[in-house]
Amino acid sequence: MKYFPLIWRYLWRRKLRTLFTLLAALFTFALFGVLVATNVAFGMGVDISGANRLVVIHKISLIMPLPIAYQDRISAVPGVEAVTHMNWFGGVYKDPKNFFAQMAVDTPTFFDLYPEYVVSPEQRKAWDADRAGVIVGRDLASRFGWKIGDKIPIQGTIYTKKDGTRLWTFNIDGLYDPGKKGVDATQFFFHYEYLKEAASRGGDMVGWYTIRIADPQRAAEISKRIDELFANSPYETKTSTEKAFAQAFANQIGNIGAIVRYVLSAVLFGMLLVIGNTMAQSVRERTNELAVLKTLGFGNRLVLFLVIAESCLLALAGAGLGLLLSWAVVTPLVGMMLKQFLPVFYIPAWGVLLGLATALLLGLLTGLVPGIQAMRLRIVDALRKV
Amino acid sequence: MINWLSQIAAVTWLNLRTIGQRRGASTAAAFGILVVVAVFIAILSIAVGFRQTMTSTGDPATVIVLRGGSDSEMTSGIARDSARIISEAPGLLRSPAGPLASAELFVIVDVPKRTTKTDANVPLRGVQPAAFAVRRNFRLLEGRRFETGKNEVIVGQGAAKEFAGLEVGHQLRWGENTWTVVGIFSDGGSLSESEIWCDVDVLQPAYRRTGFQSVHARLESAAAYDRFKDALTADPRLDILVQRETDYYAGQSEALTALVYALGILICPLMVAGAVFGALNTMFSSVSTRSREIATLRALGFGSGPVVISVMVESLFLAAVGGGVGAAFAYYAFNGFRAATINWQSFSQVSFAFRVTPALLATGTGIALAIGLVGGLLPAIRAARLPVATALREL
Repeated sequence: MKYFPLIWRYLWRRKLRTLFTLLAALFTFALFGVLVATNVAFGMGVDISGANRLVVIHKISLIMPLPIAYQDRISAVPGVEAVTHMNWFGGVYKDPKNFFAQMAVDTPTFFDLYPEYVVSPEQRKAWDADRAGVIVGRDLASRFGWKIGDKIPIQGTIYTKKDGTRLWTFNIDGLYDPGKKGVDATQFFFHYEYLKEAASRGGDMVGWYTIRIADPQRAAEISKRIDELFANSPYETKTSTEKAFAQAFANQIGNIGAIVRYVLSAVLFGMLLVIGNTMAQSVRERTNELAVLKTLGFGNRLVLFLVIAESCLLALAGAGLGLLLSWAVVTPLVGMMLKQFLPVFYIPAWGVLLGLATALLLGLLTGLVPGIQAMRLRIVDALRKV
Repeated sequence: MINWLSQIAAVTWLNLRTIGQRRGASTAAAFGILVVVAVFIAILSIAVGFRQTMTSTGDPATVIVLRGGSDSEMTSGIARDSARIISEAPGLLRSPAGPLASAELFVIVDVPKRTTKTDANVPLRGVQPAAFAVRRNFRLLEGRRFETGKNEVIVGQGAAKEFAGLEVGHQLRWGENTWTVVGIFSDGGSLSESEIWCDVDVLQPAYRRTGFQSVHARLESAAAYDRFKDALTADPRLDILVQRETDYYAGQSEALTALVYALGILICPLMVAGAVFGALNTMFSSVSTRSREIATLRALGFGSGPVVISVMVESLFLAAVGGGVGAAFAYYAFNGFRAATINWQSFSQVSFAFRVTPALLATGTGIALAIGLVGGLLPAIRAARLPVATALREL
């Protein structure tokens, strides 16, 4: 620590160069933050999916419906604690561009299975009592400026009402908040009973089931049991953990996650070169000074340490500021602009740690080569060279 | 004036010739710019390629008819009677076998992706015989067409590459039915190449459907569109939405294209800022290592203008090399690179190729030159202002 003032003075030996290197690192790591957030967003909630939840879909495809009668039969499977179901409504609010997910959910069980959607008991009560009621995510409400009590017209694209019209009107009874970081607060939940009563057809089927099991260890066994129960029926099922389901879904988006990682590596490699080169140059210019230090009795290891400490300090300072900028300004801004495509956009704690670790590695690597050169420096040669 | 120009030439030539002596710094700066340009082009080539696949589906003379109020084939429904009325509408091209109108059923089946082995939503389209005449670019690449009435499918070449088990001769089991792959087809790079096709009359009972979801048809000419549309819209028996296929698919590509552009545009400024500071560092150090040379030149009577220009040219040269190599790399690495993603509007997979267009290459190189310009300006001014006496004394 006592060498800190010395390292500090070295850093500011060439003010402009240090400043530019710092700024280059800052922007690189601001970008790093955005890319980590993008990766999380394309992960489609894989990280936060419940370990004790399974998803039951039609074996052929998610778009094929399942009979409502399966609810009781699944409940009877040993190890199953609770069962709920959902229907994708697929409606349009004013313009197809205003895309968001609307789900018809099973009123008594839904919020019990999904405690991460947090609703106040009063709003929950109001929703229970209102046939055309809906609970919407806070982010969705703020996107369209909705308040509790508003009537929301949604044009059905899949479901037509019994009277032949397609305009469904919902009353906002409550807003839900995400119970933890990464939960999508842009959804729209209404009563399955309402859909069943009012839809001209298709109301007696559900999109998929979500179940909660008591022991996550038994997920594979219970999945198998459920699928066997409906084997050779007209509606065969495919049961998987919510995590596997989310992962398969994220994979559908395709190589984008991989492309993001390539971009990240390319940019970081580029920066490694730029910063590394600057560091090397700065040490080369100081050959004489380092020789003087050695003459004064600084050991080889200490000189190596000083050079590496300097490059690490520079890299960490740049990364810290860059990640801070990314976390406080860039990511929230980008997230706001991409909200309708990627509802969840934030830098997780592991992203910040990964960024700082990368910076440390960058500092070590760039300091190592010139540091070793400085360590091997023979005082006589260095002082002779002018 | 001649003297001034020859001064510029002399100093610039000196700068460029001595880049080799500043190999490390120059390479680093050029490499930083290379990465920026390559990444920029790669990201936007995704959007361009995706849109190209979507918009090359159909031509101005083909139309798609959906149920009124639906926004994609997935959510649409057309009853058997309505499909018959549509196929008799004026303006349709007719062949000896009947009107070129194909009533189709569009469903999704789970097929594992080759790369991840996890299930993906692959579109399975039941078509009528006229479908092959409606899609003019349809070509069979391998095997034969499915026979009507049989559980046989043909697979688009994009789907065959992206998903496992879709080779000719393979059997596929979806629900209670087993299907055999009998052919692989291409369709001029269109969306159909991401699909699996079969006989609609076989698909209907397999999926417990009685009607269709869309009618795809070819008109006598692009100009017959209004006649066709007006006749159908005025028909009180129908509740339908008529669109040109080109408009329909352009609309379907909007969301993903907008997302990729937004990402590209947001990531770009951060990358450019990083590269500008890298370039600034390189050029400042280039000027400072040569401060004695520059001062000597000034002392010999060279003006400050030529010095400024020479530094700018060096910076632009490095940027052009970095940008050029970056653009060339992006072109060879990404042009034609195939990927598949989900199209949210139809909830199904689209296989497409990245497209690096001349416009993208030009924009990328333009960004490189802009970085070079900004990165060279301040160091150039500094070089010109260098006090001769101090610089000569400096060692």
